[in-house]
Amino acid sequence: MVGITSFGAYVPWYRMDRKLIFEQLGWFNPANAANARGEKAVANYDEDAITMAVAAAIDCLQQVDRQGIDGLYLASTSLPFAERQNAVIVSAGLDCKAGVRTADFSGSTRAGTTALLAALDATNDNNTMMVCASENRLGKPGSAQELTYGDGAAALLIGSENLIAEFKGSYSVSHDFIDFRRIPTERFIHGWEERWIRDEGYSKIIPEAVNGLIKKYDLNVTDFAKIIISCPVSGALKGIAKRIGATPEQLQDNMIANVGDTGAAMPLMMLVAALEDSKPGDKIMVASYGSGSEALYFEVTANIETAKNGRKGIKGHLTERNDINVYGKYLVYRNLIPLEIGIRGEEIAPTAMSTLGREGKDITALIGSKCKACGTPQYPKQRVCVNPDCGATDDMEEYRFSDKNGTLMAFTGDNLAFSWDPPQIYGLVDFEEGGRILLDLTDCTLDSVKVGMPIKMSFRKKYADPDRGYYGYFWKALPVKE
Amino acid sequence: MAKGIKNEVAIIGMGCTKFGELWDKSASDLIIEAFQEAIEDAGIEKKDIDAAWFATCFDEVNVGKSALALPKTLKLPFLPVTRVENFCASGTESFRGACYAVASGACDIALAFGAEKLKDTGYGGLPDFGNLLGSQNRAIFANLTAPGGFAMMATAYFDKYGLSADEGKRAMAHISSKSHHNGTLSPKAHLRVEVPIERIMKAPIIAWPLGLFDCCGVSDGAACAIVCRASDAKKYRKDPIYVKALQIATTSGEEMAHQKWDGTWVMPTYEAGRRSFEEAGITNPREEISMMEVHDCFSITELAVYEDLQISPRGKAVEDIEAGFFDLDGKIPCQTDGGLKCFGHPIGASGLRMIYEEYKQLQGKADKRQIENPRLGLTHNLGGFPCMSVVSVAIFGNEL
Repeated sequence: MVGITSFGAYVPWYRMDRKLIFEQLGWFNPANAANARGEKAVANYDEDAITMAVAAAIDCLQQVDRQGIDGLYLASTSLPFAERQNAVIVSAGLDCKAGVRTADFSGSTRAGTTALLAALDATNDNNTMMVCASENRLGKPGSAQELTYGDGAAALLIGSENLIAEFKGSYSVSHDFIDFRRIPTERFIHGWEERWIRDEGYSKIIPEAVNGLIKKYDLNVTDFAKIIISCPVSGALKGIAKRIGATPEQLQDNMIANVGDTGAAMPLMMLVAALEDSKPGDKIMVASYGSGSEALYFEVTANIETAKNGRKGIKGHLTERNDINVYGKYLVYRNLIPLEIGIRGEEIAPTAMSTLGREGKDITALIGSKCKACGTPQYPKQRVCVNPDCGATDDMEEYRFSDKNGTLMAFTGDNLAFSWDPPQIYGLVDFEEGGRILLDLTDCTLDSVKVGMPIKMSFRKKYADPDRGYYGYFWKALPVKE
Repeated sequence: MAKGIKNEVAIIGMGCTKFGELWDKSASDLIIEAFQEAIEDAGIEKKDIDAAWFATCFDEVNVGKSALALPKTLKLPFLPVTRVENFCASGTESFRGACYAVASGACDIALAFGAEKLKDTGYGGLPDFGNLLGSQNRAIFANLTAPGGFAMMATAYFDKYGLSADEGKRAMAHISSKSHHNGTLSPKAHLRVEVPIERIMKAPIIAWPLGLFDCCGVSDGAACAIVCRASDAKKYRKDPIYVKALQIATTSGEEMAHQKWDGTWVMPTYEAGRRSFEEAGITNPREEISMMEVHDCFSITELAVYEDLQISPRGKAVEDIEAGFFDLDGKIPCQTDGGLKCFGHPIGASGLRMIYEEYKQLQGKADKRQIENPRLGLTHNLGGFPCMSVVSVAIFGNEL
């Protein structure tokens, strides 16, 4: 018996009113008025599919021992690296053990459930798998996708003990239905007529998987408390519900109105939202879409009640938001327009991969050292204890800072430093269990930052070194939202 | 503590260029200008110099690596020249090398030099730090600039002593306004204009809470000193200036990694000051020091230095500032030449430029900004950031 043992989600702090986009480019494509409703979640300039996957994973892990994770699968169609595995950056950020099995799942918005199925298949009595689905897709300015796409991530822990939701079965269909496509050198997708995709794609392929599942396991649609149809087109969603015989009450909200179309992450994010509202005994079906469809079903156990505590999930993240009220800021964050960043901004010191080879774990997982003689945590790792009253040499153990909380001891908002979001806010963070690190802050505005405010750690893209095909990831200080 | 070099070394000649955005002058031009003034001032010849120490910081936009720019420019064949770099303390570091050389007897006459061309980067502020702190810099260090590094001290200081942003900024503005006034009396300064407190407080923010006038300028400049043993000094001039103390203190990294330090002061400044007073035999600096040239890279730095050098009690600098204690007509005039605030901060040259001012004041040659009967002058450099610094303190007197 295998299934979900924990769940988590992430929605970036920034949201953009779709009307803002339509006001800028609606003149060119007035038909987009139909998509210019609600808001979409937008990744900050220092976020991508990798960082959001880490954030969702942290939300999912809570107190779970990261060293106990045996596999980590990352699903996304917007992975930052074509070569250099993305999943391994997530597992390194989480401080998973070296013996972890990692893999990227991509190529289709179905990748989220494909990774989930692969993890369920790989799970037995002796192991725990983590599945992350994360999406940060780029809609071409003026396109429907620019309006509908949203950013976000979900993470599920799969195991065989203390199940929250037992995996009961699945049914997959694969079709080379050529609705959307993109070759590796392209930034934007190509699509075909929306009506064709709606009628011949979503409306036929998803029901095929759903009905296949129902038939295979001799179920009735009425058996399900929640049915997750990962379809971003509201018109099609209604038709699918009708076609499979689901009531509006059974349909899980697709979060188009407040998050957007999160692609491969969408079915998993919807599943997390469904779990948050579920009760023991509920049957939940998840159907994805993309080059076919996969339908899976789970039965919620009594463990769900305690599992709802302590994590932000979808609900918690939806309450934390900040408007991007300038379209140009969005264009810059997504690197859609060239920006005069100044000569200081253009200066990028070369990244030494061998330094990262030596210190990569300390950087990516924020591993410092803790003095065994005096107990002082310190970062970066020291061989001679930094405590002036100690000074012990080579008496250290590894110490992870990324899951520790702290308070801000001093800060500034720096307009001289080059930043994609000036002023660059940074400060000294004192950790609750000892140790201090000078860190950039993120997801905050200067007027909200105060000495003594509580801080959590957030995995972010620290800098880009495009000439060397490299993004540097590190941890930033995140003011804890009240 | 070792006995130090009090009264062992004397300055017999100094030179200092005009500082500023010297678009038409190369580093070599600046080196020659400062050197000509110093050698004439000392009344010696090039061949009398036994060794030199040469300070530059940002060699990439300046003179390149090694000490060779100095002997190649001045044509000093086979002279032992050492390049030193220790952040903003570089200039005083070169002076220390020269002083120790003559104090030890290894040399009879030594030259301390600092030169820096900063204005060839194409943007304001110091050159980008890049890998300044090693190859880990980009990977883990906050996206820090100099004003931001010091601004953090201001937010911590305001918080600790319960100052509102307005109260804190007003005290800092007094510091800058005072220095700007002194700068108008200083022909070699870069910025020579009065700036009232209200204008300083309203200036655009560079790094909160520091505004434009809380920050020193970035400029080009060079300065140098010629030193000999104190016992020989009167052979060269009737008014040599004696080194009473010369100390450098560096961080052990404690401030950035351990929680003991509260961010409102600079630990190595206190320590370098304490050792300097001990070396110079000063027991009450507030009463004994006549004047100071401190590292006012930012107004908050100068504020903290007042306390770190034990001139003002902890948390009381604001009271002294507002009482005019550090003004040109105050008890301890500070930045009598306008400081980094008005000279700008060509890193390698600054320490020697500060010494130049103390030298002139102690000789009674500071013209319109001359203070009355100075006896002991102090200079202070702070390299790095409050959370990670190298600090020099030197004390000079006009009597043995």
